Amino acid sequence: MEQAQETLLREFEEKIECGFAIEPKDKMPAGYRKHLIRQMSQHAHSEVIGMQPEGNWVTRAPSLRAKQILLAKIQDEGGHGLYLYSAAETLGVSRDELIEQLHTGKAKYSNIFNYPTLSWADIGAIGWLVDGAAIVNQVSLQRTSYGPYSRAMVRICKEESFHQRQGYEIMAKMMAGTADQKAMAQDAMNRWWWPSLMMFGPHDSDSPHTGDAFRWKIKRHSNDELRQKFIDKTVQQAEVIGLTIPDKDLKWNEAKQCYDHGEINWEEFYRVIGGDGPCNKQRMEHHIRVHNEGAWVREAAEAYRAKQQYSKNA
Amino acid sequence: MTADNQLDVWEVFMQSKPGANYIHAGSIHASDKQMALQNARDTYSRRGEGTSIWVVPSSAIVASNPEDNGMFFDPANDKIYRHPTFYVMPEGAKAI
Repeated sequence: MEQAQETLLREFEEKIECGFAIEPKDKMPAGYRKHLIRQMSQHAHSEVIGMQPEGNWVTRAPSLRAKQILLAKIQDEGGHGLYLYSAAETLGVSRDELIEQLHTGKAKYSNIFNYPTLSWADIGAIGWLVDGAAIVNQVSLQRTSYGPYSRAMVRICKEESFHQRQGYEIMAKMMAGTADQKAMAQDAMNRWWWPSLMMFGPHDSDSPHTGDAFRWKIKRHSNDELRQKFIDKTVQQAEVIGLTIPDKDLKWNEAKQCYDHGEINWEEFYRVIGGDGPCNKQRMEHHIRVHNEGAWVREAAEAYRAKQQYSKNA
Repeated sequence: MTADNQLDVWEVFMQSKPGANYIHAGSIHASDKQMALQNARDTYSRRGEGTSIWVVPSSAIVASNPEDNGMFFDPANDKIYRHPTFYVMPEGAKAI
C-alpha cells in the first residue's frame, strides 16, 4: 500500500517535471489536491468579496460613464469568482462546501478587501494598485500545473487589464484636477500602497506553503519575486501622474536593476488576517446575509424545474 | 446549517464565430436549460466571445479514463498508412 503511494507520487512528480498539465481525472497526491482547493477557493472568495468595497461607490460614482464602468468591473469580479469556483469544483469539492468554508472562516479571502473604500479615489487605487498586484500574480499562475486553474487564469488575465487601466485613468484624472482632488488621490495612494504589497504574502523566508507548491508547479514565482515585479512597474506609473509612493526608503538599486523598498508592517498583516482589520466583520456579515436572503431564489428555481418536469410527464 | 442547494452543474461550450469549433469554456450552475444558457452567456461571453453556446448537464458527460490511455489510444499509433506522408509519390508528379 505504502509502496503504491510512493510509486504514485514518483510518477506524478515525473509528469510535473516534464511540464505536463494535470487534469481532473488524473491521479494526484492528496496534498496536491488539498493545496489547490485551499488556494483556488481563497482566490474565488477574494474575487467575490472584492465586489463589496467597489459596490460601496456604485450609487455615488461621479458620472454615468464612471458608474457604467464600475458596474461592468464588479460584474467581471463576480464572473472571475465563478470561473474559479467551477475550476475548484473539478477537484471534487462542492460549491456548498466552498461557501460554507468561507462562512465558517475555514477558508480565507485576500486580506486587502478588509480595508474600507473611503473616497472615489479609492476606486482608482483599487483598480490600479490592487488589480495591478493581482495581475502580476495571475499572469504567473497562467502557467500553474493544474489545467482547469490555468485555463481560468488565462481567461481572467484577458479581462483584468481593463480593470487596471480604468483605475489608473481615475487616478490620472484626479491628479490633473483641483488641489482637493489631488490630495484625495494621494491619500488613497498612501492607504492602499502597503496593503497592496502585502497581497503577495509573507517574505519567501517566512512563507509556510512554499516547498510543495513549487515542486508541484502550482506556484511558478515566489512572493518576493512577484512583489518586486509589481513595485518595479508601478513606481514609474506613479511618477508620470505626480503621485508619491509613501515609502521613504524606496530607491532605485542600480546594481540589482530594481527598486529597494522599506520594511513591510507584517504585524498589521497578521492582525488583519487574524480578523482584526477595519472591515472583516462587515464583509463576512454582508456575504452571509445576502446568501441567506437569496435562498428563496434557489428554492423557486428548483420548484420551477420540478413543475416543468411534472407537466412534461403528465 | 442545512445543506444548501447550489443547483446542478452544466458544462459550457462556446463557438467564437460561425464555422468555428465549439470549445469548452468552463462550467456554471443552473436549475434548468434556459437558466443554464443565460448563466453561460453572462459568465463566459461578456465581451462578444461567443456567437453560439451549447450547455450540457455535467452528469451527461462521459470521459475517458487517463489510466486507460495506453490501451485506449494505442491502436491509432501503429497504422502509419493513415497518414499521407506514408506513400511514395512518383518523381515529377505535381499538386498531390
